[in-house]
Amino acid sequence: MPTTCGFAQETRVLERVRRSVASLGHRVIDGIWRTGTVARFFVRLLASSGPSFQRFGLVMREVYFTGVLSLVIIIVSGLFIGMVLGLQGYETLQKYGSTEAIGVLVALSLVRELGPVVTGLLFASRAGSAITAEIGLMKVTEQLSAMDMMAVSPMSRVIAPRFWAGVISMPLLAALFSCMGVFGGYIIAVVIIGVDNGVFWSQMQASVDFRYDVLNGVVKSFVFGIAVAVIATFEGYDAPPTAEGVSRATTRTVVNSALTILALDLILTSLMLRGGT
Amino acid sequence: MHAFPFANSRVPAEALVDVRSVNFSYDASDPRPVLKGIDLQVPRGSVVAIMGASGSGKTTLLRLIGGQLRATEGEVVVAGRSMGRIESAQLYHLRRRMGMLFQFGALFTDLSVFENVAFPVREHTHLPERIVRDLVLLKLEAVGMRGAKHLMPAELSGGMARRVALARAVALDPLLMLYDEPFAGLDPIAMAVIGVLMRKLNDALGGTSIVVSHDVAECLEIVDYVYLVADGVIVGHGTPDEMRRSELPYVRQFVQGELEGPVPFHYPARAYADDVRLRAGDARA
Repeated sequence: MPTTCGFAQETRVLERVRRSVASLGHRVIDGIWRTGTVARFFVRLLASSGPSFQRFGLVMREVYFTGVLSLVIIIVSGLFIGMVLGLQGYETLQKYGSTEAIGVLVALSLVRELGPVVTGLLFASRAGSAITAEIGLMKVTEQLSAMDMMAVSPMSRVIAPRFWAGVISMPLLAALFSCMGVFGGYIIAVVIIGVDNGVFWSQMQASVDFRYDVLNGVVKSFVFGIAVAVIATFEGYDAPPTAEGVSRATTRTVVNSALTILALDLILTSLMLRGGT
Repeated sequence: MHAFPFANSRVPAEALVDVRSVNFSYDASDPRPVLKGIDLQVPRGSVVAIMGASGSGKTTLLRLIGGQLRATEGEVVVAGRSMGRIESAQLYHLRRRMGMLFQFGALFTDLSVFENVAFPVREHTHLPERIVRDLVLLKLEAVGMRGAKHLMPAELSGGMARRVALARAVALDPLLMLYDEPFAGLDPIAMAVIGVLMRKLNDALGGTSIVVSHDVAECLEIVDYVYLVADGVIVGHGTPDEMRRSELPYVRQFVQGELEGPVPFHYPARAYADDVRLRAGDARA
């Protein structure tokens, strides 16, 4: 019976469309719900931050784990990226006969963009994932529940110190990354290629503005630090207490932090460029 | 509501914990609540066991008593305070007088044995370091772990970790001790040690203890009274001797560990013959 067959097929197609729309709607609602949960978590985090400043040793301990232990990857990456910038920049500038601007190119690229963004991405991969995994495992092994049952707020004792450590570490690491990058560019341009030492530094000094370039870079790295620290602590705190749950939360920290950093970079850059013109 | 237990026993009849007609669901829309109309009392100075098979709702009940969860209906009263209406600050104040031993100890893995036991003391008191040290050593001595004070949790066996966690839980001499599966995963010697310590510490500190467990032999040795939970309801209660002698089908099956009884061996499923296609029609096909 062809009519019945056609009707059944049409019904199946409609059912598939209905399911797709329902699935999309479910995802959108879930995303909004999760954003709201993160916002509430952030407010609770700020409200629980008092003890972190009263017992600053807790924050400094975490600064060691998130900041000091990230130094190697930041220094090495900064150095290599600066060297690559020096090589690529020299190659391009040579075509226009302005190789003396190599110092400016390296410094501005690093201070304005690459320093905060690449540091943010490295920080999310190295320290952010470690924070999520540590908090998630504390949840799995009931350490957070034990603390709560001892009338010690896990938010004040565990989450807030890690958050503030991330916020403090990120601008310092970004500054170090940029310094190492400039040094890498100097090695390539001055030591290896032979650009004049005085020209390299004087051009940089004349063209890099403290407020417009350096301070904006610091603001960016500070904002990225807040974003990565919130995402890392939230994902750990919210992780389902299973091995798979912690694994997924760690992955989400890296992916969400990277996307958030890139999105925030676009917004901040457009605001800063508008402010500068 | 059943009669108040301990009416004729040696322990005082004043209830430190009073659970009144409690219903609980993790999801409000779930038609099958985890706990259904639970009533129980825990008198001061006693050691009470909440027993039942895995998934029966006993740990949920312990979390309601500890204020980690709030009852959907009914009331949980601890030391005169309703846990459903208590504010966060008051709950934390009450918890300073509670201790909890978690299933696997829940020791802080970045702190040594000494620092783990010192943790609640340092958080809630301003005692001089010398006094903190003496207090921690006293608690570790009580559980036989003073010699392990420099070890890290990763260096401890399951039984040793449980003893250190017990020392940490009683560090501030709690009014109420909660034990969540204290015997899980322990060898017979460690089980006996933990059981004896729980009873001795309760009597020495003049506290009250609630033990959630499914280890029948160990529990019945150390507790004053037992509540047996199945499918979210209390199916039996009494002193250890009464439980051993009980002829109630579920109590009998659980206490004696019998295969036959109200708890089926098989998880609900359709007929085995249907699953393996042993029907005559299927065979021909």
